[in-house]
Amino acid sequence: MPENTTPTRASWWQKLTDWTPQLVLLPTLFAAAIYVVLFSLWTLWISVSQSTLLPNMAYGGFGEYAALWQSKRWTVAYQNLFLFGTLYVLGSLFVGTLLAILIDQRVKFEAMWRTIFLYPLAISFIVTGTVWRWIFHPQTGVEKALNDVGWLSAQFDWITDRDMALYVVVFTGIWHASGFAMALILAGLRSVDGDLVKAAQIDGASMPRIYRRVVLPTIWPIFVAVTVVLLQFAIKTYDLVVALTQGGPGVATTVPAIVVYDLMFERGQIAQGAAAAVMILVGLAIVLIPYVLWTGWRARKEGQNHG
Amino acid sequence: MAEATHEAFDPLATGSRRRQIRAKATVYGLLLFFALLYLSPLFIIVMNTFRPLEEIVREGFISVPGLLSSQYWLEAWSGFCLGGTCEGVSPYFTNTLLMTVPATILSTAFGVVNGYALSKWRFKYDTWVFGLITLGVFLPAQMTLLPWAFVLGKLGLANTIGGLVLVHTVQGVSFTTLFCRNYFVAVPDDLIKAARIDGAGFWRIFRRIILPLSPPILIVCVIWQFTGIWNEFLYGTVLTSGTNQPITSAIVAFSGSGTGQRHYNVEAAAVIFAALPPLFIYLIGGKYFVRGLTSGAVK
Repeated sequence: MPENTTPTRASWWQKLTDWTPQLVLLPTLFAAAIYVVLFSLWTLWISVSQSTLLPNMAYGGFGEYAALWQSKRWTVAYQNLFLFGTLYVLGSLFVGTLLAILIDQRVKFEAMWRTIFLYPLAISFIVTGTVWRWIFHPQTGVEKALNDVGWLSAQFDWITDRDMALYVVVFTGIWHASGFAMALILAGLRSVDGDLVKAAQIDGASMPRIYRRVVLPTIWPIFVAVTVVLLQFAIKTYDLVVALTQGGPGVATTVPAIVVYDLMFERGQIAQGAAAAVMILVGLAIVLIPYVLWTGWRARKEGQNHG
Repeated sequence: MAEATHEAFDPLATGSRRRQIRAKATVYGLLLFFALLYLSPLFIIVMNTFRPLEEIVREGFISVPGLLSSQYWLEAWSGFCLGGTCEGVSPYFTNTLLMTVPATILSTAFGVVNGYALSKWRFKYDTWVFGLITLGVFLPAQMTLLPWAFVLGKLGLANTIGGLVLVHTVQGVSFTTLFCRNYFVAVPDDLIKAARIDGAGFWRIFRRIILPLSPPILIVCVIWQFTGIWNEFLYGTVLTSGTNQPITSAIVAFSGSGTGQRHYNVEAAAVIFAALPPLFIYLIGGKYFVRGLTSGAVK
């Protein structure tokens, strides 16, 4: 009976159409549930399991976390990350701000300057690290060049010096990331009300002073955002160190992500490697959760102010 | 917008003439200094791809080149040996290309539809769905290495390019969904409402309204995904080995594990091959690259 089937088929079809948005999202939701939730819980479980070279999912307690925090390698890696992260973020913010202010002076060839300062970001950490390793290495790089032009006592061997190697990583990291800071800060500078600057200028303030006192303080949320993103980069830093110093000399430039890889795939201590991975996640959470809460709080406050 | 008000005032054109000149000299001097610092590695490496090995060994990377030859490029592309195979960097370049192109297309395609569904078709718990997908942006790769290795093994994708395509697609969808959702939120809801009253469904609105508005965000996604996946190292190293590795892993294997004679000129050319495609994409789409940064980072 066509009179009967048509409405049911239509309503069935209607239902399917109503659910299209959810159905479309289903594959991604499924993948994200596995990737974000299941994989995280899985690694978390491995970290408290009895796994060594091969996974053994029997519960083994939190011993691997204790062992991790007692190992010299991890504590050094952790301290390295702290020093590297601090200098890397501050350095990138400083250079990025400087470049953004310079470009903001209505300079000629703005597009060219921007392109030059931002291109490192398109290049992989592997390429960046490999290239700077050659430049920093005393046998092939700056020291060699200085010696060859006659300055025989010139010494520049930071990359093979235990005390200085980490600063090579910091420098290279800043070279890679300051263009990113520049791009975001420049966008912020362009959003500052020009009248504000004019008023300060009429008051007789010099340009550096105007930037320090008037312009930069008004775009502080951008600095917070850039800091959070850069801290994230810092915590995840892996490729750059592998290509540049391989964590050495000794453990001088070892960072947590390198320890994770070594434990999991070189030393056959899967559980402890997973514990180290969880600690990286914790580090990210310490940076990101306050930021997300803070942006949410600010958005709500702004909404109240406008409503 | 605000840019216009800012435009009206020229900080370098104020004060006395001498002060103006000094200010200009400082600004351009500093810009030039940093530009040289940023460009010098690129210049040094490109130069050394043309120099004979004994000259590099004798004089280091930073010196005036004498003899120049382009043969090292050829050697880097198809000659040097890595782990017993002597085909240069080309097989790894191909691996990366075969990994990057499908993963970029897939993750962008999913991201556009997801972003549209999440921004224009509100439903119960939609913010939770969005939140879950976005978490993938922040999850460190280390948390997923062991599960991926296991899952790819079960799927028969261990040590294959297909496995890496899957990994990068799943991870990339988080980024593209975030980008597209934030972009489509700005599309007026009235436009969608009017179309729905006219009887247009999900896909027709997508085709007629959303897709024509999408090119800028599509370009952002493609550039972001292409450069990100092309440059990725950790997954490639952990999940593949030997001749199935992407170019980043091959570069590290080639220039890192050097026992015996180093081939700096060939290594330098191989490094350039690894850097060239994302650099090219960046140069032709720089504007969108920056836009991706701002929308991905701040939101």
